Amino acid sequence: MKVERDVSALPRHGFGTHSLTWWGTLGFMALEGSGFVLAAGAYLYLMTLAQKWPLNAPQPDVWPGTVVAIMLLASLPLNMLMSRWAKQEDLVKVRWGLVGMSLFGIAPLIVRCFEFSAVNVRWDDNGYGSVVWFLLGLHTTHIFADVAETLVLTALMFTRHGQNGRRFGDVHDNAFYWYFVVLTWLPIYALLYWVPRAA
Amino acid sequence: MSAPLLDTDLAPAEVSARLEAVWSEPKTLWGWFATVDHKKIGRRYVVTALIFLLLGGLAALVMRAQLGTPDNHLVGPDVYNQLFTMHGSTMMFLFAVPVMETLGVYLVPLMIGTRTVAFPRLNAFSYWVYLFGGAMLWIAFFVNSGPDAGWFSYVPLAGPQYGIGKRSDIWAQMITYTELSGLAVAVNTIVTVFKMRCPGMSIDRIPLFVWAQLVTAFMIVFAMPAVMVSSTMLICDRLVGTHFFNWAEGGDVLLWQHLFWFFGHPEVYFIFLPATGIVSAIIVPFARRKMFGYSVLVLALFATGFLAFGLWVHHMFVTGLPRLGESFFTASSMAVAVPSGMQIFCWIATLWDGRLRFATPLLFVFGFIFNFVAGGLTGVMVASVPIDTQVHDTYFVVAHFHYVLVGGAVFPLLGGIYYWFPKFYGRMLDERMGKWNFWLAMVGFNLAFFPMHILGLMGMPRRIYTYPAEMGWGGMNLASTIGAFLFAASFALLAVNIVRALRRAPGAPANPWDAGSLEWAPASPPPPHNFTFTPVVASREPLWDTPELPVTTGLHADRRETVITSLVEAEPQMCESSPPPSIWPFVAALVISVTLLGSIFTPWALVWGLVPVGITLIGWFWPKGAKEEES
Repeated sequence: MKVERDVSALPRHGFGTHSLTWWGTLGFMALEGSGFVLAAGAYLYLMTLAQKWPLNAPQPDVWPGTVVAIMLLASLPLNMLMSRWAKQEDLVKVRWGLVGMSLFGIAPLIVRCFEFSAVNVRWDDNGYGSVVWFLLGLHTTHIFADVAETLVLTALMFTRHGQNGRRFGDVHDNAFYWYFVVLTWLPIYALLYWVPRAA
Repeated sequence: MSAPLLDTDLAPAEVSARLEAVWSEPKTLWGWFATVDHKKIGRRYVVTALIFLLLGGLAALVMRAQLGTPDNHLVGPDVYNQLFTMHGSTMMFLFAVPVMETLGVYLVPLMIGTRTVAFPRLNAFSYWVYLFGGAMLWIAFFVNSGPDAGWFSYVPLAGPQYGIGKRSDIWAQMITYTELSGLAVAVNTIVTVFKMRCPGMSIDRIPLFVWAQLVTAFMIVFAMPAVMVSSTMLICDRLVGTHFFNWAEGGDVLLWQHLFWFFGHPEVYFIFLPATGIVSAIIVPFARRKMFGYSVLVLALFATGFLAFGLWVHHMFVTGLPRLGESFFTASSMAVAVPSGMQIFCWIATLWDGRLRFATPLLFVFGFIFNFVAGGLTGVMVASVPIDTQVHDTYFVVAHFHYVLVGGAVFPLLGGIYYWFPKFYGRMLDERMGKWNFWLAMVGFNLAFFPMHILGLMGMPRRIYTYPAEMGWGGMNLASTIGAFLFAASFALLAVNIVRALRRAPGAPANPWDAGSLEWAPASPPPPHNFTFTPVVASREPLWDTPELPVTTGLHADRRETVITSLVEAEPQMCESSPPPSIWPFVAALVISVTLLGSIFTPWALVWGLVPVGITLIGWFWPKGAKEEES
């Protein structure tokens, strides 16, 4: 047997591009991002066919969506720190950071409940209402899924399983996904609230 | 925590025995549902897809029996509508895409010299979701609720106004199941190929089959969301009164066609590109020389992958789109023939310069080249708007896409079955029966589908359940029906061949075809851990160039572990543990499937379903104290 490589000294877990779950998360971002782009394409497609836009509805109230955008952007510094603390494997900071990130996730979900009525159209009013609710629903699903994952991860990190390199990798990937949730909102926000005003 | 046991601490024979114990799964009912072995899941996927092929094929035979003579009333129009919808939906969503994608689930880890896939539990989950989705469609059909609006489920026919009962909802939700499964496999494939190639397998040494799977996986990631978005919109239109496709309320029917074909055309390449990978894998050992034009073949895969996203409108030439747009899509539809042509020329050059061995796998490759080129030529014809306008919705188009899909994908698949069967099951298929299988398939297929070109040019439309004798289509339809039954007989022969092989004791050697790629290094069938020591490669055909493969050491022998390598050069970066068997992927798939099924009847199912789905996902991910969870 000819031995050419020995990997016994290599680490047994990793972060970022070394980690399988990081790449998996990136893959899911790509496919979900693809879904967002297509849903946004459907919005623009229906807009180009309509005589006026918004179709038979008042302009959407811009404030709840703006507040959601501000809240999501405000969560980014802590999210950035979460990545750093996870890499440093600092359990105490990670635990309380996750509590903070859970709150940063729940708060925009509460405002989002008001946002659905602030768009001033129902999903079954017309095609415009349908596609607005579709985009809003798609993004809400993403916030909800990430918040649920963050809550479970928070609980996990407070147990004996927390002090484990692989769990810190999970925290790092969770923070990575949150960037996606925040950044996808910005073009959707512009599309839902500012494009109709410019149309 | 006890000190880890490394393979360097043990003799090779003991490493092998320990790894076999670590990677083995219980041979119990629990073990059957909990398996995360990529080989077992890959085999299940392929066998399940072949069962769906049988069902879709039987639907086709009933249709051919119906059309064999004029004014026939074997089945009525309603059943006929369900039959062609079930046939198309089954063949595309439940057979062709899954079988091609998941052949890679079995083969990719072996070909790149690793022990498993990146996410084994996600892999198991994807299989169960696929199985439940397919079962739901066929159970619905047997209780007279089979979808009946065509495999593309066009609105308004499938919409709330015309699509009665739950038929179209069943179709739309089947899409959710199969696409969820397909997307999970695609992400798994990408990460496996990116990060788990054995040391030395830099990107210029990746087997062409693996390249084909990788490019296909990327296409799936960017195209499949289109049909998930559109089918969700369709369900919403039907269930909660949205108006995405309702023209009267600001929606648009063509939005459906755009979204569907933005997925639907690349889908053809989800099927065709892996088939080209099979062809490349077969040609090398049977021509007994390395592939001519490796780089060209890889670039052709990329070119096809990109161009495939710019073709969808050629399915919509008769919908009254602007002429400039039509011209663009004509040009791109013709352009996609260029990379396909490059591939064909590389294969011919390899065969030309090789020392050919005319075994069954190679015969199917020749059949592929002949039939696929014929389908490709009619493809260039229908890329032209005037010709397409003339033959649209006629049997000419049916002939074209069967030549492309059956010729371009099923023939290579059959060759692949004969080629890899020894690896999957440790037994050789009978060569004599294989040759009969090939010629019967070749004659049957061409007799079934060639007359359809002429029938189409004579004006016979698609999707009619019968026709009057005065049309003069009876003779060619009868020939086509005879051909279809001969083609079916070739599959029966394959089934007999497989059953006979399985009844023999396993005895196939590790590398019966004297091939050069890594899947032929371990025994046939491979042990649960695939490779006792992760190989190190220095060429594209490592088994030819270095009969005794150099290896990597330093992995744990007491838990499931694999080597993670860099993206381009495949240099070792770290070692990653791999999860043991778990029942949770099955339970999660079951709960999600019930939730999705419930949502056909009430949107509240999604809300109530969140609770059990959440519980099962927590059960899935919560640490259980296994050695593999340690860092």
